[in-house]
Amino acid sequence: MSAGRAIPIARRLRHDRMLLIACLSATTLAVAVLSALLISVFIQGLSSLDWHFLSSYASRKAANAGILAPLMGTLWVCAICGLIAVPLGVATALYLEEYAPRTRLRSLVQLNIANLSGVPSIVYGILGLAAFARCFGAISTDDPWTLGSPDSLFFLQLPFGRGVLAGGLTLALVVLPIMIIAAQEALRTVPKSLRHAALALGSTRWQVVWKVTLPAALPTMMTGAILSMSRAIGEAAPLLVIGGVLLLFSVPENLMSDFTVLPLQIYNWAGRPQDDFHKIAAGAIIVQLVLLLLFNSVALFIRHKLQRPLQ
Amino acid sequence: MTAIAARAAAELAQRGRVRGVAFRRFYERLLHFGLLGLTLLSVLTTVAIIVVLVKESGGFFFMEGSEVTFVSFFTGTVWSPLLGAKPQYGVLPLVGGTVLVTSIAGLFALPIGLLTAVFLSEYASPRTRMLLKAILEVLAGIPTVVYGFFALTFITPYLLQPLSDRFGTYNAMGAGIAVGIMILPIVCSLSEDALRGVPQSLRDGAYALGSTKFDVTARVVVPAGLSGIVAAFLLALTRAIGETMIVALAAGGLAQLTANPAEQVQTMTAYMVQIFLGDAPANGIEYRSSYAVAMTLFAITFVMTWTGALVLKRYREEYE
Repeated sequence: MSAGRAIPIARRLRHDRMLLIACLSATTLAVAVLSALLISVFIQGLSSLDWHFLSSYASRKAANAGILAPLMGTLWVCAICGLIAVPLGVATALYLEEYAPRTRLRSLVQLNIANLSGVPSIVYGILGLAAFARCFGAISTDDPWTLGSPDSLFFLQLPFGRGVLAGGLTLALVVLPIMIIAAQEALRTVPKSLRHAALALGSTRWQVVWKVTLPAALPTMMTGAILSMSRAIGEAAPLLVIGGVLLLFSVPENLMSDFTVLPLQIYNWAGRPQDDFHKIAAGAIIVQLVLLLLFNSVALFIRHKLQRPLQ
Repeated sequence: MTAIAARAAAELAQRGRVRGVAFRRFYERLLHFGLLGLTLLSVLTTVAIIVVLVKESGGFFFMEGSEVTFVSFFTGTVWSPLLGAKPQYGVLPLVGGTVLVTSIAGLFALPIGLLTAVFLSEYASPRTRMLLKAILEVLAGIPTVVYGFFALTFITPYLLQPLSDRFGTYNAMGAGIAVGIMILPIVCSLSEDALRGVPQSLRDGAYALGSTKFDVTARVVVPAGLSGIVAAFLLALTRAIGETMIVALAAGGLAQLTANPAEQVQTMTAYMVQIFLGDAPANGIEYRSSYAVAMTLFAITFVMTWTGALVLKRYREEYE
């Protein structure tokens, strides 16, 4: 050490032990927090879980309330979000990794994506409300352009209003940066040699992308896609701006239907003072966590079974 | 001979294998520009966010009958938009609430996250490491509204209220700790990436000179990975500032400028929730004020993300 003052060995060893103890206790604390969270939720919520809870609508009485509407809303919104965000994210990642010349423009786009991933999700809600629900005011919401009858599955209108489609698109904006970054990382794991070999055989750039790079990166990409979807199903703030907290007595029928999602229902119940509502909030949290667990185990499965080394 | 070749070529062409060079070139260019267009959507998103926020908060500052000025908005210490005859719009109490909750979260999560990262990268065996990383992934996937519920039904009644009866049902401390738990996995996994990026040869060199593990960690590994750690901290704090559902549930609804963690506070995000859930008329000044708050929030997070990117770029130490 340049200080030139020797520290006694006993003190150095004491520092060493203290660091180990500090690290161990920090790690233990992190694990303890997770256990406390899961245990307290399960103790409160397990009693409210039954078939009636899953298959009925909201109610003024906690004992009669169920989560059918938010459960279906979550599935609808997430399906739309995935259908938009995953292809868009993969396309953007492909452009940035495989096509874009390494110019300042590219690093600016990259910085912009990093920046978008730091934007609070509630701000995306404001954008979604203006862009999707209201079409920036270009068309009056009182007199929308419609296509099909409001009862049919294929009913569409412009502006979208505060329905499932506006919610799904907004969520897609929220997870898009995460998806792009995950897909880029997946593409970077594909060795350059594979691309060079394909190019040397006379492939065009797209042929390399479509037949070599994408298939090789696919398992990692799917893991990323699932992780960004698990972010999407937990988001409440942007959807709160789009749709508000509704007590619905129907499930979505088409892309324009009103909706609510599980996290919003949890928010609504958890915010009430009565203990009974806290119990069903905990029940809904368990359902939400089980959904997440399903997502994550699919991701783990893909990671372990489909991923082959590419060297 | 040429006839046979021509026939083979025609057959192949019919099966769609061989296409004219001109077609291929066109197709390639089409795909190139298609992908470019989709990429620019992300730039468009940023532009759209800024346009919407500027336009709507412009309505707040310049609408008829509005007495709010930039100066009174950014320096006012009273935020009472829904109170009676003379509403006051000084954003500092909301900013103060956000700063208080974020500081508590940071004080909780940054040291614990960094120490856990040190444990993961310097001490843990591969097995333990995998197990702990799995646990952190679970924590990272939990919806934030669940942390809000945890703050409200566990942290405040079972941890804080036994300590002191000054803690109410809603308080900054409970919400701050819950936000801290939320950002813990981010701090931890990103700092760990930074620590593991430090090459083994640096550690070996230090050990060879007689260093203890403490010396190696505190004087070699952490300084070498510092830019990554600082970037991780900034990213985590950005997430904490923008967190909405936890504070909406657990921090309370009273906008006040206080440093007392036992008091309830309202953050910028929680105010936006209150407005978007409430029945403030859509063109009224209360409603518009939420856009001005959103603009402030966006500006703060924007600066923090840029700072993080700059830190990474300027101070990154490359070891190859």
